[in-house]
Amino acid sequence: MTVASDPPTHSQKRPRRLFKNWMAKLASLPMILTALVVFVGGTAWTVTYSFTGSRMLPKTNWVGFDQYERLWSTDRWIISIKNLAIYGGCSMILTLLIGFTLAACLDRKIRFESAFRSIFLYPFALSFVVTGLAWQWILNPDFGLQSVVRDWGWTSFNFDPLNNPDIVIFGLLIAGIWQGSGLIMCIMLAGLRGIDEDIWKATKVDGISTIKTYVVVIIPMMRPVFITALVLIASGIIKLYDLVVAQTGGGPGLSSEVPAKYVIEYMFRAQNLGQGFAASTMMLCSVVIILIPWAYLEFGGRKRG
Amino acid sequence: MADMTTNTAADPRGPKPKRTFSRANIFLYGTLIVVSMYYLLPLYVMIVTSLKGMPEIRMGNVFGPPVEVTFEPWVKAWSEACTGINCDGLSRGFGNSVRILIPSIVLSIAIASINGYALSNWKFKGSETFFTILIIGAFIPYQTMLYPIVIMLREIGLMGSIWGLVLVHTVFGMPILTLLFRNYFAAIPEELFKAARVDGAGFWQIYFQIMVPMALPIFVVAIILQVTGIWNDFLFGVIYTKPATYPMTVQLNNIVNSVQGVKEYNVNMAATLLTGLVPLVIYFASGKLFVRGIAAGAVKG
Amino acid sequence: MSKILKSALLGTALTAATATSVLAEGVELEVTHWWTSGGEAAAVSKFAEAWNATGNTWIDGAIAGSGGTARPIIISRILGGDPMAATQLNHGRQAEELIEAGLLLDLTDVAEAGGWADIVNPSSLLDACTLDGKIYCVPVNIHSAQWIWLSHAAYENAGLDVPTDWHEFVASAPALEEAGTLPLAMGQQGWQQNIAFGAITLAVAGQDAWDEVNINKNADAARGPEYTAAFEAVAAARAFAADSNVQDWNLATNMVITGAAGAQIMGDWAQGEFAVAEQVEGEDYSCLPGLGLNPVIDTGGDAFYFPVNDDPEITAAQKELAALLISPEAQVAFNLAKGSLPVRGDIDLSAANGCMQKGLEILANGGVLPSGDISFSQDTTLQIEDLMAQFWSSDMSAADAQAAYAQLIEDAD
Repeated sequence: MTVASDPPTHSQKRPRRLFKNWMAKLASLPMILTALVVFVGGTAWTVTYSFTGSRMLPKTNWVGFDQYERLWSTDRWIISIKNLAIYGGCSMILTLLIGFTLAACLDRKIRFESAFRSIFLYPFALSFVVTGLAWQWILNPDFGLQSVVRDWGWTSFNFDPLNNPDIVIFGLLIAGIWQGSGLIMCIMLAGLRGIDEDIWKATKVDGISTIKTYVVVIIPMMRPVFITALVLIASGIIKLYDLVVAQTGGGPGLSSEVPAKYVIEYMFRAQNLGQGFAASTMMLCSVVIILIPWAYLEFGGRKRG
Repeated sequence: MADMTTNTAADPRGPKPKRTFSRANIFLYGTLIVVSMYYLLPLYVMIVTSLKGMPEIRMGNVFGPPVEVTFEPWVKAWSEACTGINCDGLSRGFGNSVRILIPSIVLSIAIASINGYALSNWKFKGSETFFTILIIGAFIPYQTMLYPIVIMLREIGLMGSIWGLVLVHTVFGMPILTLLFRNYFAAIPEELFKAARVDGAGFWQIYFQIMVPMALPIFVVAIILQVTGIWNDFLFGVIYTKPATYPMTVQLNNIVNSVQGVKEYNVNMAATLLTGLVPLVIYFASGKLFVRGIAAGAVKG
Repeated sequence: MSKILKSALLGTALTAATATSVLAEGVELEVTHWWTSGGEAAAVSKFAEAWNATGNTWIDGAIAGSGGTARPIIISRILGGDPMAATQLNHGRQAEELIEAGLLLDLTDVAEAGGWADIVNPSSLLDACTLDGKIYCVPVNIHSAQWIWLSHAAYENAGLDVPTDWHEFVASAPALEEAGTLPLAMGQQGWQQNIAFGAITLAVAGQDAWDEVNINKNADAARGPEYTAAFEAVAAARAFAADSNVQDWNLATNMVITGAAGAQIMGDWAQGEFAVAEQVEGEDYSCLPGLGLNPVIDTGGDAFYFPVNDDPEITAAQKELAALLISPEAQVAFNLAKGSLPVRGDIDLSAANGCMQKGLEILANGGVLPSGDISFSQDTTLQIEDLMAQFWSSDMSAADAQAAYAQLIEDAD
């Protein structure tokens, strides 16, 4: 599913000489430079300088693990991690659930399928800045949802996530899921369409109910799709920044701070590069932790891509 | 599964629904309609708010339709809203966004399609390694690389210019696009390539005369992906440009955060809609291609 | 060709006359700053007008969203080798490393020619611009953060007299609440909460304790009884502001202007907002420096720095702009609009309103403190702001906050 079919391997049939493919190598130079200089080089640079006491400008005054010690004893970082964990956990479960349910609904040969699909997917075309602002306005307690429901007569209705530190994460979640679940629905739909129709016929003959078929037969078959979706959601969660800046600014107080915002603020606003680099190295570690099992499943398990 | 790119729009393969209004069907459509409301609500609220005057907004009820329709917020958002002493709204950012967008699309797609072609037809020692690094790179938090890129751009003298930002977009668009093209080219029958080789065609000849004409659909998908991605970028736009070259999203943020007296929600919403207009138009106009594109890009990601 | 150019320029706000002179000889200087609220924008346009009047062009590079948003952009541009011609930064320790790296223009010759050493008052402002005997920035105004702004409308509505100090305000708060008015407006951002914290500690703990903590970085003083009292006062203020749900400082000020809130603790720049709303000091609102208890103010403020440029023409223009920013005319026009105090003691500010006169008087009497920007690094400042953001938006106890604060002071550099 997530794996491309084998590209033809012409080169193996020809004698391998350094200059044999020189034009292809030359043409791939931008890719090679990007991979080595930007991705590997840039990352290594950041990790290296996280062991220095760099302030506004990068300097090589080594301080060992001091930045990391400070990082993990800072309340704001801990709050950021917790927020991300709550946001991430909920977002992962809800996005998968909503994405799959919608995809399954759309796959039931319904009418107006493409209209529904357009509706579920359009938020993905909008930036997080736009998303954040729109939901900030809807969740505004004086004009938005809360006041409207109160006008309807339910005067004790209380829902002001953007001003309430305890539930502000859910305000972010509402917007984040709105923006991202359409994409997951699309992927799920592609996966569902990839399933052989004979399976449905067979389960029908056996008299298995539709819902049971989804849970017992279809979902296990779609494991690779779920893994891809999970990796996508997870990488988006770690990068969560624009939405927070646009919707809550990290507030009220520190209650919706996230790690990416910590990195940016300590690098540039506090002018403590070393601290920012240490935090971004920790983010990098979490990416690696997520990616390695995936890469193993994708590339390691079966020999060829 | 290279055919995943195309079968998204194929016929549903679920069980055939009953034609009658069964309970299951009512439940199905009911769910879809309720969920649709959640998805449409923000768009609706943005549109009605942007058509109201401030006095009406202060009366409350974000969901009510405007009593008196006014287009003034739109005019203001486009050409009059102030940041500091510049009172020219979003109009400046629009031009910049276009000037950033076009070269970014051309450059990133040109490079990525050549990469994909080389990776699928002209594999060389280490090519898969570089490709894997590239893919892992797609998941690295951008924050990790902000600062090294400031230094790299300084070294090549492009910091603050539109071309610097174009380069950044090209680099960060490369992983997904390369993947997309690599898989597409890999699905093209090998015989075509072999026949061309026998005829003595070289790297570029095969690319331009055989591969590019065959890959037009995937080029469209790549363009759609890049337009939305680059247009919506905020982080790179704010760090790697300067006020004269700010893209529209940064202007939007400036306008919304420049509160002079009271927050003008109607102007903010109009500005928000104006900024989202380009990707929305592209999205609705391209219809199924967009769906295919992101499904393809993402399923392979 | 020139016709087309001219008509294009006519389309903008420029007049034809300035347009031609710009084409003839003027230099375009891009100036970045984060002055985007109503009063601030009005003030910065005074500088822009003065600069445009010299035949040069001011390219405005406003960045919205306060210094926290703008500073990274400004710094990465200076580091990235594509600097603006001039930029706002708070003076003090923010720019030290940029100066050490040779990225900022040495203005010593302009300063000597203009006799800045004699005219800048208090002289600590110029010291903040000086490193190793050389001057690198132009102070343009003095801002102090120890003010409370009171809404007459809110107090009239509650049938109360307008308080004259912090203790009276505290006493009046329950009555305000009863009248349905929020006692204290507070933007929910760390830096604003830190300003309120600073003002309350200075008023409640007294100046000696304040000096000991902020200047000598004495953590024991921060653990002392004076600070315990201060933290309890801040905890009380937190309760008064519990229902304040705005984020931006000027939206909080707007609550005081409209009478929706009784008071706000904010720097003297809030005055610009009252001016834009055409409110009159003493009739519509009152201001109390040092919260009416301890009339001392700090002398923070804004300064302009000029990144080094290879182009000699631009360098010359940068120096010209530096001299212009501190000229008496520009100082009067700018500071009247912004509500801040001018950096020179030799100009007539009779046009200033009551609040500014109070500030000028305190300045003349020498009731000045160094600004936090000068004593703490940005790193420490952000950590304190984070602590305040956490404290104000949670039910953290005053004792816990004090302990955490003392730890930050101990680690401060």
